[in-house]
Amino acid sequence: MATYSTNQFKNGLKIILDGDPCSITENNVVKPGKGQAFNKVKAKNLRTGRVLERTFKSTESVEAADVDEMNVEYLYSDGESWHFMEPTSFEQYAADEVAVGDAVKWIKGQEVCVMTLWDGAPLTITPPNFVELTVAQTDPGLKGDTAQGATKPATLETGTEVKVPLFVNEGDVLKIDTRNGEYVSRA
Amino acid sequence: MKAWQSKASKEILLERALMLKNVRAFFDARDVIEVETPLLSRYSTSDPHLDSLRTSFREQDCYLNTSPEYAMKRLLAQWRQPIYQVCKAFRDDELGTIHNPEFTMLEWYRPGFDMQQLMSEVAVLVKTLFDNSGIEPVFEYLSYQQAFENTAGFDPHRTTSDECLQFAVDNHVEIPQGLTAADDVSVWLDWLLTQLVLPAFKTGGFTFLYDYPAAQCALAKIAPSLEQAAVAKRFELFFGEIELANGFYELTDADEQLNRFQQDNQSRKHAAKEAARIDENFISALEHGLPDCSGVAVGLDRLLMVLTGATFIDQVLSFSWERA
Repeated sequence: MATYSTNQFKNGLKIILDGDPCSITENNVVKPGKGQAFNKVKAKNLRTGRVLERTFKSTESVEAADVDEMNVEYLYSDGESWHFMEPTSFEQYAADEVAVGDAVKWIKGQEVCVMTLWDGAPLTITPPNFVELTVAQTDPGLKGDTAQGATKPATLETGTEVKVPLFVNEGDVLKIDTRNGEYVSRA
Repeated sequence: MKAWQSKASKEILLERALMLKNVRAFFDARDVIEVETPLLSRYSTSDPHLDSLRTSFREQDCYLNTSPEYAMKRLLAQWRQPIYQVCKAFRDDELGTIHNPEFTMLEWYRPGFDMQQLMSEVAVLVKTLFDNSGIEPVFEYLSYQQAFENTAGFDPHRTTSDECLQFAVDNHVEIPQGLTAADDVSVWLDWLLTQLVLPAFKTGGFTFLYDYPAAQCALAKIAPSLEQAAVAKRFELFFGEIELANGFYELTDADEQLNRFQQDNQSRKHAAKEAARIDENFISALEHGLPDCSGVAVGLDRLLMVLTGATFIDQVLSFSWERA
């Protein structure tokens, strides 16, 4: 089992806390004068995204998390798993519902996503920041309605509902920001 | 700002220059002589909580000093005169909001001074540096025992690791990963100090914490007592929760010093750290005879943080470690 000592702590280091892989985002030495040092650490749980605060007696060892990141292409879903392929090795990975998470709202196939692997298994999938998706259903906008900022719901081909301007029609291809789920423009 | 540029403002760097000038004027006016001692030494520190940075000269291991203490005491044994030094000190694995691996230290020794007299002089120096700042520094003096009784409600000189652990559990004090009842009670006291005692120090005020537990004596004399627990004649100065200075009524007994070095090395071994080679020149100086004296080391970068209201040590260094 690989471990890191507190003197190896730095931002971005991947360690196991509470059984989950975490990435250190802040590491500060606390030292009451000449005495024993402690490391106060903030770390992001890579599974849940939650930020943890933890203190360690210095020189304490912590289990290292074997975490990798790679770009993968989304292939298809069989309903239970979502299948991705690493484009240079052609190696395929099956991510479960938990790992795919919200990414499922934005991917239909061929998008290049960032996959985080923990011990070789998919942990999280991050979709591209921007995706282009076709509107499957939306009510027709009223002709001549030019009110600024007015929106209506539209269902995309992935089944996800977004708010769009009134002029958007069924069959339009839209650019969506996956980080906040907002409409950007017509593609 | 570009990576080659200093993060410190011009005002802060001018303030640093003024502080150094004022420090030298302060000691000059008191006939304390400025000395320089080697930053590079054949010996590393034995302090179990410090680690020297190692380098080499002609393929022989040598170390950057963690403080100029041993060399200054050798001068003191030879000259028996008050001396001071402004120098760089280096410590491995110390990096954070108020830590930089290389920092500026002011250290001075006063033959004939006891701990109380030296604390007073430290306060006068700080007041002098605050002249014309519009701030009137306020100092509080608190014994280690009093500080614990005020906040934790128990006597730190008569407690055990088990009791500290129980106290932490009962009072919902966070317990760091790796800290257990098997740890030395000193480690527990260090932790509870950061969690309970220091937060109770007056924000924006200076506090002298003195009479440390005997086990935390470092290089201070221990004052034995029949009725009370023995205490180390050691003090630290804090601004709010930030440690600024550490001083001792100095241990002068060579045998006792050698004994402490050996104990330090035992502790280092226990913590899987390399043992320090014992500085024989320093021991020989003590055998020759160190005058009865007190000495103190002040972190000047942190003092400059206080003078300028900086929050991070990076703000007062021309180039902190990330740009060094």
